Amino acid sequence: MRGATHAKWAACAVTVALAATACGGGGSGGGGGDGSGIVSSSWGDPQNPLEPANTNEVQGGKILDMVFRGLKRYDPKTGEAKDMVAESIETKDAQNFTVKIKDNWKFSNGEKVTAKSFVDAWNYGANLENNQKNAYFFGYIEGYDKVHPEKGDPSAKTLSGLKVVDERTFTVKLSQKFSTWPDTLGYPAFAPLPKAFYDDHDGWLSKPVGNGPYTVDSYTKGSKMSLRKWDGYPGDDKARNGGVDMKVYTDNNTAYTDLMAGNLDLVDDVPASQLKNAKNDLGDRYINTPAGIIQTLAFPFYDSKWNKDGMEKVRQGLSMAINREQITETIFQKTRTPASDWTSPVLGEKGGYKEGLCGDACTYDAAKAKKLVEEGGGIPGGTLKVTYNADTGSHKEWVDAVCNSINKALGKDKACVANPVGTFADFRSKASKQELDGAWRAGWQMDYPLIQNFLEPVYFTDAPSNDGKYSDKEFDKLVNEANGETDTTKAIGKFQDAEKILAKDMPAIPLWYQNGSAGYSDKVSDVSLNQFSVPVYNEIKVN
Amino acid sequence: MGRYVIRRLLQMIPVFIGATLLIFLMVNVMGDPVAGLCGDRKCDPATATRLKKEFGLDKPVWQQYLTYMGNVFTGDFGTAFNGQKVTELMSAAFPVTIRLTIVAIVFEIVIGISLGVLTGLRRGRPVDTVVLLLTLVVISIPTFVTGLVLQLLLGVEWGVIKPSVSSEAPFNELLIPGLVLASVSLAYVTRLTRTSIAENRRSDYVRTAVAKGLPRRRVITRHLLRNSLIPVVTFIGTDVGALMGGAIVTERIFNIHGVGFQLYQGILRQSTQTVVGFVTVLVLVFLVANLIVDLLYAVLDPRIRYA
Repeated sequence: MRGATHAKWAACAVTVALAATACGGGGSGGGGGDGSGIVSSSWGDPQNPLEPANTNEVQGGKILDMVFRGLKRYDPKTGEAKDMVAESIETKDAQNFTVKIKDNWKFSNGEKVTAKSFVDAWNYGANLENNQKNAYFFGYIEGYDKVHPEKGDPSAKTLSGLKVVDERTFTVKLSQKFSTWPDTLGYPAFAPLPKAFYDDHDGWLSKPVGNGPYTVDSYTKGSKMSLRKWDGYPGDDKARNGGVDMKVYTDNNTAYTDLMAGNLDLVDDVPASQLKNAKNDLGDRYINTPAGIIQTLAFPFYDSKWNKDGMEKVRQGLSMAINREQITETIFQKTRTPASDWTSPVLGEKGGYKEGLCGDACTYDAAKAKKLVEEGGGIPGGTLKVTYNADTGSHKEWVDAVCNSINKALGKDKACVANPVGTFADFRSKASKQELDGAWRAGWQMDYPLIQNFLEPVYFTDAPSNDGKYSDKEFDKLVNEANGETDTTKAIGKFQDAEKILAKDMPAIPLWYQNGSAGYSDKVSDVSLNQFSVPVYNEIKVN
Repeated sequence: MGRYVIRRLLQMIPVFIGATLLIFLMVNVMGDPVAGLCGDRKCDPATATRLKKEFGLDKPVWQQYLTYMGNVFTGDFGTAFNGQKVTELMSAAFPVTIRLTIVAIVFEIVIGISLGVLTGLRRGRPVDTVVLLLTLVVISIPTFVTGLVLQLLLGVEWGVIKPSVSSEAPFNELLIPGLVLASVSLAYVTRLTRTSIAENRRSDYVRTAVAKGLPRRRVITRHLLRNSLIPVVTFIGTDVGALMGGAIVTERIFNIHGVGFQLYQGILRQSTQTVVGFVTVLVLVFLVANLIVDLLYAVLDPRIRYA
């Protein structure tokens, strides 16, 4: 039986192969409840080099949050901006600020954190020559137009509004009144930088050095970063674990599978396809908490068809025709909350979030929707095209559902059609060049938990993210007044007044607030997500 | 033989230029990549202009192509959007994918050819039918299904393997992904070998060899197999390139940071330099693999001579 021998041999080969793989799989983690255990976490490859003023997406942001501490830090629970490196930030006129920093702060390479560490870093970030994508964060500081002109070469290298007074003090002059400006300083772009950053830039990029609770132990670009607890960290939010190993996943489904198999401790982005199972699989170890992200449908105000009188009724009608409750429940498994204003619940009542501010226009009412759209003169061209990018974020499902809902409410088959665009880059390029007609998906993830951040960059005349070119004098006026108001409560009131204008004009239909979702293994505890849907790594305990 | 190799090498030049030009145009047609770099907000115009200049995107496409090709010949593949040199990405990605491809090819050769010989010699017997049915099943199931099912069963349910491959990606972790990647080609190799063996088994030279009283083993390995392998070698040769490029699905499932991952990232981020660089190298691999296949013919069948 020659054949049989062959078959046996093949079977043996496979068994050996499997056994070898099994041997290859080693154990992970270690330590115990003594705070020395290592957490392994899923990660995505950051899109930009890891520099504070050049990182504008979540993946790079996660690392900056571990490696850096700025003047302020947003409380992971309440979102309140609390002093971190800053001892005090004082102003009398909402335009001139004096910043005093604490004495005991150091970078992990031993260098002292001084006023100069901040001023130099901010000047670097603002300077056009350094190609920093977050440069606009420094746009409120006087002299920005010289350092970062809209056209041509910069005529200055430093911001004239920044002055070092002594080792621990510097002053900031803004080009306009902005009372809540100190609260923006928790954003990573405002982090201080050590001398090593300028002296050996490439070296620094391959192993960033900061003043946060963790230091970078090793970094293999595109696949892994090992962060370790820095024992000399002077802050009071010391790491409660020995370190975090960030592992890049090609697909978040694989990360989830790894979590299930016990090879990974934390997945901070549960894939949409697994949301249904996550609750069963993980029980209490599945986190689903609100984040400062709102999804809207934006309209082209640069197109006269959408900008004429009566169109606000059409937009309100369309908004009413969307059954938010149903879509968030069936498609998103309740990881989205139907939106009823243009901000986010993470701001809290005190911070300016107001449930129901949008009024009836954000409540599903098919009959009224149809009536309003007809009163307003109907959808221009008879069909609303909703453009979205098909490559990431599973937008197809909800756009189809939104269109379906609109079609049903208006009783027309082709009242709304989905219009996919291949890549995110192409989608963004079309949106920023005003080439889209109809409507498009417009997500907004906050930079800092302030109501200002949800309104001004998106709906102010010619604001950087106002892709639809919406413009309203009254709105602009109210925003300016709010920024100049030193009393925070009054300022927020003004912002809400401005928001009421949005409810009337409906430049963008609020759809839903997005939640952050995460899952973790039974090896770790005290896992939570902050308002940016980033895990609060330093608080995680390894059991 | 020498002249033949030179002629073949010269033929590669137009293929190479044509392929890279096509890829270059395709990536460029997709629009402005810088717009995607700033997330959901618009890049501020001044920075966008500078970034475009830095990546050479402000020039007309033909000029970009010429500069690019000029640089490629000096070994400079440009810089990806995350600031890494494309050559750096390549040196991280290619070794991993090459290891994966080697595993896959070894599976194809060992399992595919053995099964092929086995069934070819026993045509019509139960073993033959079973293997034929099995290959049909493998061919008809898409790779991602096989991959995900194996990952779930072996990785999560039974805990035999780790569901994801670590960043170092050593050979032993690549066995299952390699098997998954090889599965479809493996089935083809089996069927090709089987047909070829079955056909040649009745040929005169085999009968002669048997009549001479040669041991069965020698007849099969020296006489039968050597001739029957020519179509199989052709297939495996072209498959080398296909496996390297087609590893995208397998690499994604098993979290392997190889060529597929980099290409996928590059396409999503519309990073011309990354995509064109990797495809350029893949085209070269393809061409070289084909050349080697052609040269192997002469080794297998001395009657084939190249002028």
